[in-house]
Amino acid sequence: MTSSAMATARSASVSAAANDPLTNVQLKYRSQAVAKPYFVAAIGLFVGQIVFGLIMGLQYVIGDFLFPAIPFNVARMVHTNLLIVWLLFGFMGAGYFLIPEESERELHSPKLALITFWVFLVAGALTIVGYLAVPYATLAKITGNDLLPTMGREFLEQPTITKIGIVLVALSFLFNLSMTVLKGRKTSISMVMMLGLWGLAIFFLFSFYNPDNLVLDKYFWWWVVHLWVEGVWELIMGAMLAFVLVKVTGIDREIIEKWLYVIIAMTLISGIIGTGHHYFWIGAPAYWQVWGSVFSALEPIPFFMMTLFAFNVVNKRRREHPNKAAVLWALGTGVMAFLGAGVWGFLHTLAPVNYLTHGTQITASHGHMAFYGAYAMVVMTMISYAMPLMRGREANSNAAQVVEMWSFWLMTVAMVFITLFLTAAGILQVWMQRMGDTPLSFMATQDKIAFFYWLRELSGVVFFIGLLLYIVSFFVRGNERASA
Amino acid sequence: MSASFTKSTARNIFYGGAVFFFLLFVALTLDTVQALPKRDNRANLTEQVARGKKLWEVNNCIGCHTLLGEGAYFAPELGNVYQRRGPEFIKAWIKAQPTGAPGRRQMPNFHLNDAELDDLVAFLKYSSEINTNNWPPNIEG
Repeated sequence: MTSSAMATARSASVSAAANDPLTNVQLKYRSQAVAKPYFVAAIGLFVGQIVFGLIMGLQYVIGDFLFPAIPFNVARMVHTNLLIVWLLFGFMGAGYFLIPEESERELHSPKLALITFWVFLVAGALTIVGYLAVPYATLAKITGNDLLPTMGREFLEQPTITKIGIVLVALSFLFNLSMTVLKGRKTSISMVMMLGLWGLAIFFLFSFYNPDNLVLDKYFWWWVVHLWVEGVWELIMGAMLAFVLVKVTGIDREIIEKWLYVIIAMTLISGIIGTGHHYFWIGAPAYWQVWGSVFSALEPIPFFMMTLFAFNVVNKRRREHPNKAAVLWALGTGVMAFLGAGVWGFLHTLAPVNYLTHGTQITASHGHMAFYGAYAMVVMTMISYAMPLMRGREANSNAAQVVEMWSFWLMTVAMVFITLFLTAAGILQVWMQRMGDTPLSFMATQDKIAFFYWLRELSGVVFFIGLLLYIVSFFVRGNERASA
Repeated sequence: MSASFTKSTARNIFYGGAVFFFLLFVALTLDTVQALPKRDNRANLTEQVARGKKLWEVNNCIGCHTLLGEGAYFAPELGNVYQRRGPEFIKAWIKAQPTGAPGRRQMPNFHLNDAELDDLVAFLKYSSEINTNNWPPNIEG
């Protein structure tokens, strides 16, 4: 045979192996393959999130677009809830993939993992259908919100029965992973991952506390929202990044795990009291302006360390991993998380600044880049590393990686522009509506900054093209490399 | 990082720091909860206000508006709308939705009856009297 014929034959046998976990030589443990449906679902829901983001972006400038079929509040609920759910699918997939490998044993119950997957997917889909099909008040009524009212608070809009479902799914997932860890090798990466995931489940329980007292409601609402995204989620993120970096750089695990501990130590040291930056104007005592400003000003540090960490270990790498795309995602996560969560968070976190920017497009700009840079990108880092392995190859073909890298740059640059345009809109909003002797009304201000909303929407279209290209990258063929 | 700074040192800083700062957070929270009765306008938290809050929630008002600066940024801040517009305007406005003005942002009609409108206004009045350290900066929210 010629060498090209051999390559074709090898590539054919590789693709045959790809669909059969029994013969997949790339996976150290067969049960890691349960992560695949989780990642596929995550990407599918990600597409839905962006579609609704584009709808909302258009409603910002063409106010009656799709009204009354999809009012803005419904689109927003779908946009943010899909984000949360696809990231959770990503975290769960990451957990199922990395915990067996770290523990050096098969997953406790792959069957339970698959049942959990379908339960979560169906519950999630039904919830989204509920948002879109009936008025929210009707959804509240038919799901028995009166028995235990938890609905109608930002990001926690899910019907109470969905919330209970989320708890059950999380328990099943945590049971499965914890049993695996307990019976196997315990590494720092797996311990941090488990701590983050348990924390996620425990702090979610505060979503069931909804007192009539608005201040108490808001105060403890942040125990879910802030202690998730600026607390335990960062542990999950750190563990995922550390896992991938161990694999793609070949750097001694001791060094990477030391970095991991230092980063997450700074995360919690700054981030827990940093919750105070949400307590400035919601009725909590004024001393939170000091506590919140000082500690949240430290919150960029762990993100900056994450960037240093990623670049440091990649520069000192001991091997050339063929999956260049995964390395790019890992480096990008560090940089974009620092910019979005760290820099854009710091921008408006000091109380005197926040007094003017609170609840404006500045907040929206930070939210977009932080969620993309930290959590969307770390999930895509994990998918980029793990998906080729689950498909029976160490890395995708060069052609597929080139497409994936294009999608990386399109999405990332588009998100930078979305953030910049929202920041511009926010600065003008603060200037016109909140500063000066003759402030404009909210809607008059919105009309004046519409130009920036149009630019944001255009950037959103570019982001969507990047996302479609990302999906295309999974179907690009070429000489796939079965081994390094 | 230097070799003398070991992984177990880093791990101890993590666990020690996490526990210390979480306990500090709990202590500050206890203090906050004790201080709230003087700030959170609970004296005026009536049954009607509680009903109004439920209406606020089950109609997903937070999906477009902010309340004390939290929520969506598509429609005006409502934490001070009671002072900005007054009760009668608020009720008339809600009843008149949607405006149907072409190209303008639209608010759905939530089919609230007069008693429900009063409940909602009571909730907005109660919210507007919470001590927010003088936020928002001006009446426009």
